Amino acid sequence: MIDRSGGERGADPLVPAIALDGVVRRYGRTVALDGLSLEVARGECCALLGPNGAGKTTLVELCEGYARPDRGRVRVLGLDPVADGSRLRWRLGIMLQAGGLYPALRVEEVLRLFGRFFAVPADPMGLLEAVGLGPRRRSRVKQLSGGERQRLSLAVALVGRPELCFLDEPTAGMDPTARHSTWELILALRRRATTVVLTTHDLEEAERLADRIAIVHHGRLVACDTPRALRGAGAESRLEVETAGPFDPGRLPRLPGLGRVIVTGPTTFTASTDSTAAAMASLAAWMRDAEVPCSSMRVGTRSLEAVFFALTGESLSAGDGGIGSPTEPAGVGREGGSG
Amino acid sequence: MSRTRGPGAGAAAHAAVPTAAALVALLDPPGEPGPSPALRRLLAQARVELVLTLRQGENFVVTLVLPVLLLVFFASSGIAVPHRRPSIDFLLPGMLTLAVLSSGMVTLGITTGYQRAYGVLKRLGGSPLSRAGLLGAKALSVLALQLLQVVLLGAVAALAYGWRPHGALLLAVGLLALGAATFAACGMLLAGALRAEVTLGVVNGLYLVFLVLGGVAVSISHLPGFIQPLARVLPVSALSAGLRGALSPTGRVAASDWALLMVWAAGLTILAVRSFRWE
Repeated sequence: MIDRSGGERGADPLVPAIALDGVVRRYGRTVALDGLSLEVARGECCALLGPNGAGKTTLVELCEGYARPDRGRVRVLGLDPVADGSRLRWRLGIMLQAGGLYPALRVEEVLRLFGRFFAVPADPMGLLEAVGLGPRRRSRVKQLSGGERQRLSLAVALVGRPELCFLDEPTAGMDPTARHSTWELILALRRRATTVVLTTHDLEEAERLADRIAIVHHGRLVACDTPRALRGAGAESRLEVETAGPFDPGRLPRLPGLGRVIVTGPTTFTASTDSTAAAMASLAAWMRDAEVPCSSMRVGTRSLEAVFFALTGESLSAGDGGIGSPTEPAGVGREGGSG
Repeated sequence: MSRTRGPGAGAAAHAAVPTAAALVALLDPPGEPGPSPALRRLLAQARVELVLTLRQGENFVVTLVLPVLLLVFFASSGIAVPHRRPSIDFLLPGMLTLAVLSSGMVTLGITTGYQRAYGVLKRLGGSPLSRAGLLGAKALSVLALQLLQVVLLGAVAALAYGWRPHGALLLAVGLLALGAATFAACGMLLAGALRAEVTLGVVNGLYLVFLVLGGVAVSISHLPGFIQPLARVLPVSALSAGLRGALSPTGRVAASDWALLMVWAAGLTILAVRSFRWE
């Protein structure tokens, strides 16, 4: 009855945390995953990035053993998530996209219950403090805000001290403060060498947290690389300029080093360039002579949003209910990211 | 004891930094990670299921208060009871039937339906408890509640109306178990196939129909003639009639009651297993 298999833990660190090979999964006539292959190494933090309906959740749920692939092979820590479920489940930390918690239970009761499923769980009270729910431990789950529920769900995922965590949109519905502290927790997991697979449609989140970003689109993997490599792929630099007052960039003559100019607002424009220093020098000189006061001029690389658009032909934020804040140009001014 | 906030880290500008540091310490206590023994997982889950059931006011009323209240009401008023027998010998088997129906079908069906809607079933299925463990825990919590119901009803009947256990008690326990399985299958069938709100309505509707037609408080022979054939094939009727036989001085249960109950139990279980959806 007791399906403990402690001897297998870490038996072969060369076995990847996740190995998907040509995985196809259909729901009725919808093809959720269309021959997707992906490998995630032990200790890696991999973000699955894509718009709603891209297949991210399906991918994660196949790994969690909630469904079988129609074709292809899924291996998690070297095991089949469905057939070897009892040997695998205790090694996983699962955070569902929504729900999963008894609304009528108190916060501490939920965590204690899940803790009892493990031989040596993490201390439930300490865990509640760590996710910032210490003061709410006597509250019923139904009284929590959406963000607080997410944090409880994260604590539940961690109470068994998992080797591998699946976090499906971990910060959806959180306010900025909660979002940032959740990011800190996920980064702490990364430092502990816990393998983390998270889904998001928030570029900033993916870039902050992930060693590698896997861009999923229509059930296919369209790119998978480090955030820096993704942004660097085929990138040309550009100049982002803001003037103190309204300015018509049509007045600009051809200047050395300056490429195509795109108006981005009444007082802002960007210009592509293959020589940032030359472009800045000639533009600054012209603005001085033309008496156009400049309030900001900086060099940006291609944003991940642009990379995403180039790869999929779609905007990440389009048609979305406003989770996250993609209005801020992701990546700009934070070259190098956090990896 | 487990607070591991570093005093130095607390000074950092970002409020989340000390909690993140604490997290790493929390996740690496001494001791090998692993699941707890299966029995421990099962008992932990069964306890929570039982606590939640009793904490929900309407569950408490329908499983524990209502059967006792109806027993007292009908036993004291003496309506609709065949007059040749002491009324408590007619009413107690009926209320035991109603009790098993309320915990097996009503409460189990409604709570499971809502747990499915809230994703609780899904989440627990992905934990070391597993789906099999979850079903086992539900069965255990329902049985514990039913034991409580039987003891409570028996005590009220004995203390207030002088009822004494006689007949074939083992047969009665067997019938109750078979009835419990039948109604639990019915509850799970509805919870696994319908939306939670629909399950709630259907289960309450069935409860009323069974209460009136199932020979629980009103003898089937007192019902309008056209409805009697239908009433007699209901699982509730088989259980109440069977229990009346088992608890009578002769202690005999009609073969037709056993057979009818078994057909219902088998049919509903097969349907429930086939149609149950976890999400």
